[in-house]
Amino acid sequence: MATSTTTPGKTQNNQPHIIVKNLTMAYGSFVLMREINFTVRHGDIFIIMGGSGCGKSTLLRHLIGLKEPATGEIIYGDVNFTKADPATRELMLRRFGILYQSGALWSSLTLAENVGLPLGEFTDLRPSQIREIAALKLALVGLSGFEDFYPNEISGGMQKRAGLARAMALDPEILFFDEPSAGLDPISSSLLDELILELRDSLGATVVIVTHELASIFAIGNSCVFLDADSRVQIASGDPKELLAHSEDPRVRKFLTRGKEGGQSENHHV
Amino acid sequence: MQQTPAGQGSVSLTRTDRATLLVKFVGPWHLKRDVPSAKVVEGELQSSLPVKRLVFDTSELTAWDSGLIAFLVQTSAACRARGVDQDRAGLPEGLRRLLELAEAVPEKKGTRSAEVRSPFFERIGKASLGYGLSVGDFMSFLGELTVAFGKFVRGKARYRRVDLIEVIQECGANAVGIVTLISFLVGVILAFMGAVQLSQFGASIYVADLVCIGMTRDMGAIMTAIIMSGRTGAAFAAKLGTMKVTQEIDAFTTMGVSPMEFLVLPRVIALVLMMPLLCLYADFLGILGGMFVGVGMLGLSARNYMQETISTLTLTNLFGGLFKATFYGVLIAIAGCLKGFQCGNSSSAVGDAATQAVVMSIVMVVVACGLFAVVFNIVGI
Repeated sequence: MATSTTTPGKTQNNQPHIIVKNLTMAYGSFVLMREINFTVRHGDIFIIMGGSGCGKSTLLRHLIGLKEPATGEIIYGDVNFTKADPATRELMLRRFGILYQSGALWSSLTLAENVGLPLGEFTDLRPSQIREIAALKLALVGLSGFEDFYPNEISGGMQKRAGLARAMALDPEILFFDEPSAGLDPISSSLLDELILELRDSLGATVVIVTHELASIFAIGNSCVFLDADSRVQIASGDPKELLAHSEDPRVRKFLTRGKEGGQSENHHV
Repeated sequence: MQQTPAGQGSVSLTRTDRATLLVKFVGPWHLKRDVPSAKVVEGELQSSLPVKRLVFDTSELTAWDSGLIAFLVQTSAACRARGVDQDRAGLPEGLRRLLELAEAVPEKKGTRSAEVRSPFFERIGKASLGYGLSVGDFMSFLGELTVAFGKFVRGKARYRRVDLIEVIQECGANAVGIVTLISFLVGVILAFMGAVQLSQFGASIYVADLVCIGMTRDMGAIMTAIIMSGRTGAAFAAKLGTMKVTQEIDAFTTMGVSPMEFLVLPRVIALVLMMPLLCLYADFLGILGGMFVGVGMLGLSARNYMQETISTLTLTNLFGGLFKATFYGVLIAIAGCLKGFQCGNSSSAVGDAATQAVVMSIVMVVVACGLFAVVFNIVGI
């Protein structure tokens, strides 16, 4: 790919990969979040966290271009994604891998076809090669032998993993995960965490995860942004373990300690 | 206090002194039986004698469930509004705890939808603006579709040929059965309508002309279009709407594959290819239906009927009908796909999308049919 700046397996640590500047998210005239600022470095596992309904998933939709910022901009490497023309955007999108909350596998295609579709569209590989690569990607997520199954024939956890295999199809530079552990049992969830770490290390990809699963946040996250639904701004950012150790903000403490610290909030329900 | 039948909860109010109201619950308070409304306490609080304190007696309460909690929550809201103290010591422990839980989080201001009826003109204005927006959406959808079609003509559109063939089979071959039934019956109906009048003049043979012109010029196309609106338009909307709900369409977009090319284009092309074929078939079946009536009921010979039909059949009428059918096909595909794309994020939204798609495509087809009639008349076809 012409605009590609990294190759799999090679990390450029500490270089900014995603920069979000003064981002305001709004639905029509309803402002969801104001003035979001953060930087994700190459090779980071970056967590977007906050209570339910605070706009985590919406922030992710902004990052992948499904929603346009009301104000502010999103920059990938040295390309301004918000101001890019459609053709550039399409090229940039191909360097992303996205795992949707529900898996979002194409229900009329088999798993191998799901994983192979992006390969067929954007590479010159022969069908037999595409099938081999699809089988490989499925094997990486522990789904060998399920190539010819349709999404509705496998369990929710398997759909998630198949979605991950599809997200990895084009060896993306950035992997986005929307609530990867939602609906998974604790064991599958921790296996998925290990898989994410493994992928980051082997592909050299940057990972952005929307989650409120504390176990995952501390196990794999090395940077984060914390969105607060009531004040509609980001109230913390940095390493989640550092935040747990040093943050003074009662709202952050309360979240990171499952409500054991940080005092009584008026909105403990969601 | 009113007498209540045994086995039903009741409440009695007594003044223990001038400012204290004793609320006594009696019997089993079950939601399944009717329970008294908190209005009785509110009424007492409003009475001329001011109440300062509320105490409860549950010594004769035999059982309770959410019915009693709802009663107490309403009562205490009324008490708070009037600054009346409540002494909950008389309530069972579990009930007290549930009440505290219900009142732990104060009501979030502004979450309750305000049921303010906006003035008449404001509603008209909002509805018009909504229509304006939907016209805009329709136009931009049409524009994107045109771009995608341009790509298709140049052979650059991204879609799977398998999908195209699947849609063709679904909206072509699989629709043959229903089209057969409906158009044969339409031919029969047309023939009967004509026969009653024409046989009065001994001109029964002209039933063949009536059916032939009627079917080829308009009825074949419009009946096929209405069948396809209900069958295929709704299916398109439901399928794309479901894909929207499960984020499958988002997955296409973020992969850099245009859903317009991948999902809409094959559907439009399939209908454009299949509608004229189905319409031709419907014309034929309609004429057959007419002949069935002509030969079976009016005593015409099959040979005469066919001859009369062939002499009336003109290419202008036939191709006019096929052209209309093709155009209706585009309208149905657009309505189905547009409503599918505009689908909201719930399962009921998918049903709404399918309904709206059928309504929109039938309206567009009938309006187009009217316009065609006027234009064809002016042009002299």
